[in-house]
Amino acid sequence: MRLTDEEKAMRDGAEGPAVAAAMDLLLRYGAALDCERLCDIRNVAGTMTQPSPVKARLVREGGWNKAFAVINLDSDDDLEIPDMRVPTCQLQHGFGADAAGVVPYPAENIALQGDAEAFYGRRGVSVLATCTPYQVGNIPVLGEHCAWMESSAVVYANSVLGARTNCEGIASTGAASLTGKIPCWGNHRDEGRHGTHLIDVRVPVDDFAEWGMLGYFAGGAVGEERPVIVGDIGRPDLIELKHFGAAAATSGGVEMYHIPGVTPEAPTLEAAFGGAGRAAGARQARETSVTGVPDAIEYGPAERGAVYADLNSQGTSEHVDFVLLGCPHASVEQIRRAAKALDGRRLSPGTELWLMVPRALKDVADRSGYTEVIERAGGRILGDSCPAMSRTAPEGTRVFATDSAKQAHYLPAILGIEAWFGTLDECIHAAVTGRWRGELR
Amino acid sequence: MITIRGRCVVPGHVEGEALVSHEPISGWGGIDPARGVIIEPRHELFGQCFTGKVLVFPSAKGSSGWSGFFQSTRLLGTAPIAMVFARLSAKSALGAVVTRVPAVTDLDADPCEVIRTGDWVRVDADRGVVQVRQEPPR
Repeated sequence: MRLTDEEKAMRDGAEGPAVAAAMDLLLRYGAALDCERLCDIRNVAGTMTQPSPVKARLVREGGWNKAFAVINLDSDDDLEIPDMRVPTCQLQHGFGADAAGVVPYPAENIALQGDAEAFYGRRGVSVLATCTPYQVGNIPVLGEHCAWMESSAVVYANSVLGARTNCEGIASTGAASLTGKIPCWGNHRDEGRHGTHLIDVRVPVDDFAEWGMLGYFAGGAVGEERPVIVGDIGRPDLIELKHFGAAAATSGGVEMYHIPGVTPEAPTLEAAFGGAGRAAGARQARETSVTGVPDAIEYGPAERGAVYADLNSQGTSEHVDFVLLGCPHASVEQIRRAAKALDGRRLSPGTELWLMVPRALKDVADRSGYTEVIERAGGRILGDSCPAMSRTAPEGTRVFATDSAKQAHYLPAILGIEAWFGTLDECIHAAVTGRWRGELR
Repeated sequence: MITIRGRCVVPGHVEGEALVSHEPISGWGGIDPARGVIIEPRHELFGQCFTGKVLVFPSAKGSSGWSGFFQSTRLLGTAPIAMVFARLSAKSALGAVVTRVPAVTDLDADPCEVIRTGDWVRVDADRGVVQVRQEPPR
């Protein structure tokens, strides 16, 4: 790798041993990527505070300095962790104190996480505590190089905002937070952002559930590549693209997609594939070879039916114990919709409903009266976390229902429970009756 | 003995029995680091343990927790002894680095087709060479 003088100095210890360890990890990681250089970043979204058995052991052995060294820098050295060099936020983590006594989650985890928040907050980590930092103030701009993890946030940042980040991990974001550097590879480079597959939508996709199913299909169809979506689609909003990207990142490894006329790097279909019509150099693109648009992969009734069946393949019993909404974390509009659907109704005695949100938006829901409506019905609005992150569902849950393709995919593996996927209305119906009556309409 | 060649992701050399996946592998939500087992119900290797094996797979998929979960297998003593994967991504690159096992990618043949579960595999990551002694299917 070619390093600048500043980077060499960091590597050699001029900024202290923790920064040197961070640079060592970035160099090992850069070599693994076969990457030539690092790029400067000043926007990191990572995770430090999430409790785990390994982390609890490391904290007992050597405090949070030890935990950060081992987990966030992949270093075996005893290091003193300095202030974050660049703006850094904490993504979603375990349940916090507001969930104590409400969800069956270990009190020692809540205490450990509170301790971590104090330690990292003092070093400049902003505890946004959400998988959707772009909903609560961390909104990178077009072309901004970032080091983010959380696959649903990464795909949103790249595709919808036009920021540039790979799907980083705990150690690379840790190293980036102390150096302001990340390997300049993949999504950081123009050629790593062009579309690779064309998906032609032949069924109407115009609501939250449909965008989630299309995303789940797209991820399965392209794996880690970059789909370009055209056809019978409505103009999507934040929550639909949030669901689409999360689903595509779950079934495949999609980190970047284009929707011509909607997402910022695809003013036209040709531009989505890196050809003519790019903001700069359209004439040049015409004169050289214009990248061809590949044959379309069709998303029609058969494909839609198969995705629906796949998402519902982990459900057999219609007795729903638990309804989970807000994956990725709900927007204020989603909280309002849930409140409206629950207004004046009452959950079935054997069924719980949790709506996961960024804690900052819980504040908005509280003062808007949405929380009161949801709680009066017997539901809960919970910040910071989700059942998958906390490995926690209501006591005795065997069957859950959700409006999130991502959660329907992961929870059966993580908690060993059955899953139903459907619309918000179907989920609310299940919460109120205790029965799943979803179907593909 | 079949030899396939690629490039080094993490240096080192080791040999052992292969566990081959034809489907991409999830880290977070896909493996249990405490047991070193694949836990994704839809996965072809559901319930299988990769501890002490040469893990051969096409690519990493899913959550950005991939590397952290494989790092945990090292810290909990359940890690594979090497990784051989067809397509590299940020997830699998960082995952191999923090698992600290020899790893090879960009091979001149599809390792998931050439290698079968149970084959004896020698991984010389420094030179990017993977040698396979095929064992009769069990």
